[in-house]
Amino acid sequence: MEIIETLINGLSSGGTYAMIALGYTMVYGIAKMLNFAHGDIIMVGGYMLYVTMITAGNPMLGLIAAVIFCVLLGITVEKIAYKPLRGASPLAVLITAIGVSYLLQSTAQMIFGTAPKMVIIADMGNFEVGALKIPYYTIVTLVCSFVIMIALTMFVKTTKIGRAMVAVSEDRGAAQLMGINVNGIIMITFAIGSALAAFAGFFMLMKAPSLSNTLGAMPGIKAFTAAVIGGIGSIPGAMCGGILLGVVEAISFKIPVIAPYTDAIEFMILILILLVRPTGIMGKVRREKV
Amino acid sequence: MAEIILKTENLGISFGGLKAVQDVNIEIQKKQLYGLVGPNGAGKTTVFNMLTGVYRPTTGQIYLAGENITGKSQEIINHKGIARTFQNIRLFNNMTVIRNVLVGLHNQPEFKCSMIESMFRLPRHFQCEKAMREKAKSILRVVGLEEERNILSCNLPYGKQRKLEIARALATNPKLLLLDEPAAGMNPHETEDLMNIITRIRDEYDMTILLIEHDMKFVSGLCDEVTVLNFGTVLAQGDTKTALNDPEVIKAYIGG
Amino acid sequence: MAKAVKRIKWKHYANYIVIAILTVVFSIMSLSGSLTSSTIYLLEKIIIAVMLTVSLSVVVGFLGELSLGHAGFMCVGAYLGGKTACLLQPTMGNSFPALLVSLVVGGAVAALCGVIIGLPALRLKGDYLAIVTLAFGEIVRSIFMNSSSESFGGSLGLTTPRYDKNTLFIIALVLVLGCLAVIQNLIQSKHGRAITSIRDNEIAARATGINVTQYKLSVFTIAAFFAGIAGVLYSFSNYTIQSTKFNYNYSIEILVMVVLGGMGSINGSIIAATLITILDIKLQTILTGNLAVLQDLLYALVLIILVIYNNAPALKGFRERHTLKNYLYKFSKGKHDPSHRADDEAKWDRVPTKIEMNEVLSTEFQPTMSTLNPDQKGDFK
Repeated sequence: MEIIETLINGLSSGGTYAMIALGYTMVYGIAKMLNFAHGDIIMVGGYMLYVTMITAGNPMLGLIAAVIFCVLLGITVEKIAYKPLRGASPLAVLITAIGVSYLLQSTAQMIFGTAPKMVIIADMGNFEVGALKIPYYTIVTLVCSFVIMIALTMFVKTTKIGRAMVAVSEDRGAAQLMGINVNGIIMITFAIGSALAAFAGFFMLMKAPSLSNTLGAMPGIKAFTAAVIGGIGSIPGAMCGGILLGVVEAISFKIPVIAPYTDAIEFMILILILLVRPTGIMGKVRREKV
Repeated sequence: MAEIILKTENLGISFGGLKAVQDVNIEIQKKQLYGLVGPNGAGKTTVFNMLTGVYRPTTGQIYLAGENITGKSQEIINHKGIARTFQNIRLFNNMTVIRNVLVGLHNQPEFKCSMIESMFRLPRHFQCEKAMREKAKSILRVVGLEEERNILSCNLPYGKQRKLEIARALATNPKLLLLDEPAAGMNPHETEDLMNIITRIRDEYDMTILLIEHDMKFVSGLCDEVTVLNFGTVLAQGDTKTALNDPEVIKAYIGG
Repeated sequence: MAKAVKRIKWKHYANYIVIAILTVVFSIMSLSGSLTSSTIYLLEKIIIAVMLTVSLSVVVGFLGELSLGHAGFMCVGAYLGGKTACLLQPTMGNSFPALLVSLVVGGAVAALCGVIIGLPALRLKGDYLAIVTLAFGEIVRSIFMNSSSESFGGSLGLTTPRYDKNTLFIIALVLVLGCLAVIQNLIQSKHGRAITSIRDNEIAARATGINVTQYKLSVFTIAAFFAGIAGVLYSFSNYTIQSTKFNYNYSIEILVMVVLGGMGSINGSIIAATLITILDIKLQTILTGNLAVLQDLLYALVLIILVIYNNAPALKGFRERHTLKNYLYKFSKGKHDPSHRADDEAKWDRVPTKIEMNEVLSTEFQPTMSTLNPDQKGDFK
């Protein structure tokens, strides 16, 4: 029974990681940049949720507010900080993203202080079948994340915007010549990524209600790891990577000897996978022309 | 009978089922100027990439001065004595002209100087640096770039960048020099200048040169022998005039 | 035959002479007590920052590989150097040889880690290498964090022996100046040219016969060695070392110093490291309590604005008209010709060339055959 519980827990936190990883992977695939500030969007979403819950008291309203705010924030950050650097060195964009990350963290600290805030969304109790005991939030997270991931895959595969995204990702110049609004597509990508981050923040707070300005930092890095494990740029890859990481984490937490080393184990898996497959599980290789 | 510098036996490569090049047999003698011609997509650069170790041939063998170099890494092949230029110029853009050539001189045995010696500036470091600079200047003189030696290589005009690539390849002291479309994008005056330089390199350094070129005037004016490739196979081979006047070759080019 | 006798050319050894003079001057100041302890504290911080920045600069600015785990090497150096000193304390006390041994141990083990991390570097490119170095830094931190209290102090941190402040300062000074000289010499030699050629065009470097594998490994090892030394110095200038200090944010701080100093410019790295460290400490004394967060905010804003200003393609014309160099030349004499550059300094938009964004968005669940066997896929040009 404990094994099943652990696995379900792992799948659920894996779903959260996958959602963050999707943001990384889509932004990387389309805007060709490592958005190091992505993790902090989660944190901003968390604070938005907190504020709405204090004022309105409704978590669903809070989630909607968080999603809207994060989408707007994602678009604004892209417009102000990343767009002027389009065509510049990838390293320059990376450093700017790091700057944005610092900026978001310190702004949050300035407004809300350093003390962690408690955000208790809802105490939903446990789902029990025989000896099996699973908290409801785990199931909610699991179901929601899978629905969102499937919807996203369908969106990219079937809609016009989705196909335009793939086109921009393949060749920005050619896409532009074909009449695709590249700036618009990049904006939509950031919007989707940020919305996913807001959802991820909601699920994270449902599991552990403590909110501080570094909420998104470590999950952000881990989700990035997940995206790389899966093969950055690949949407199914991000999902697989996230779920793999979540399951490994859940199992590792259950074994007392290795539990403190969970982070190290996760990063070790990344290194090992990259050594075997230098572009991740589902990554594609493009050879440089000689 | 002159010494044979390069010999390929049934050289071929396929990319996932597609046979890009097959059964290429080339024999190049010392001090020969050899041409590799053919329409676009015929596999000329692929042959170069196999000769220099960028691609590993799926079939066949490559012998450099009698030694089998098939499947060796790019660095090793360069040390053994094949140097090349690239179709799309690949210079060290953030370095000055002379530094580009100095990198080429890096592995020459007469300029040996270990990392430790360089780190602590032992006397050999200075001897070696000075000698390298002199040598680099003399190579730049051959291609006529001595005056521009302190300019960043990315700021050179196109024609001179091509010459600098040749100088850098020459600096590695090769037995065989591969030139990938050396005259591409040059005006007639520059092309003529380049032809003089190439003959001069051959005579001064006793160099064997294999070149890819589209300009037929350039090839017939320079090369002793040619191989014509089409769709990855050899269409004609031998003496330049005869091979280029082969009806098959004319057909491949004009598409008649 | 006086002519045949080789003379030592003094100008070639100029940097050694400058180092010697600087060391003597600071040593005298330090021993005579004219430096206050807060100045020494500041100088020590600067020394450590310069050492870290310059060593990372070789990896990022000259080899062109992005490393996000420099603090990891420092962490290894700090812990192992500190532990060695602890172990040596009963027999050798706080003596100079004990310090020397711990420096060697810290540096050597960090260098070993550099080799270990350099190995995947031969297989991975750009971003992938960056994430591996980041992962390495986190792994190292996590291991020291969870170590038992007898071995490395665990989450409480490792308490290191005390050395005489003045002696430590002089040793640190000698070390940083030595590090600068060694790295500068390396960069200006034929090996430095080989390293820079890998940055500028790896394919051409291979075709020119440069042993890319060997140089990548050497650079990682050297950078890790000096980061380790900086770590040992750090462990002695603080009473306890805690693994939380060496998180990836710290690696990124070092990277920021390298980037702000300018790619491929050792002098730039030194200046950036010095200025940022001074600013950091000065601001810490001014902005206390609730205002402390303002420092981070300011730092972030300055970083974003500087990077955008320096790199935005739209501002290119403006930048070229208003460079500091142009103004300096106006004041002194003649015109500044941007096409002439003596150093290996590189332009932003060209470096590092290997951080390539080749991956594309895909929704396919199956990795294609071509990815399983990249050698089978190719193009004809």
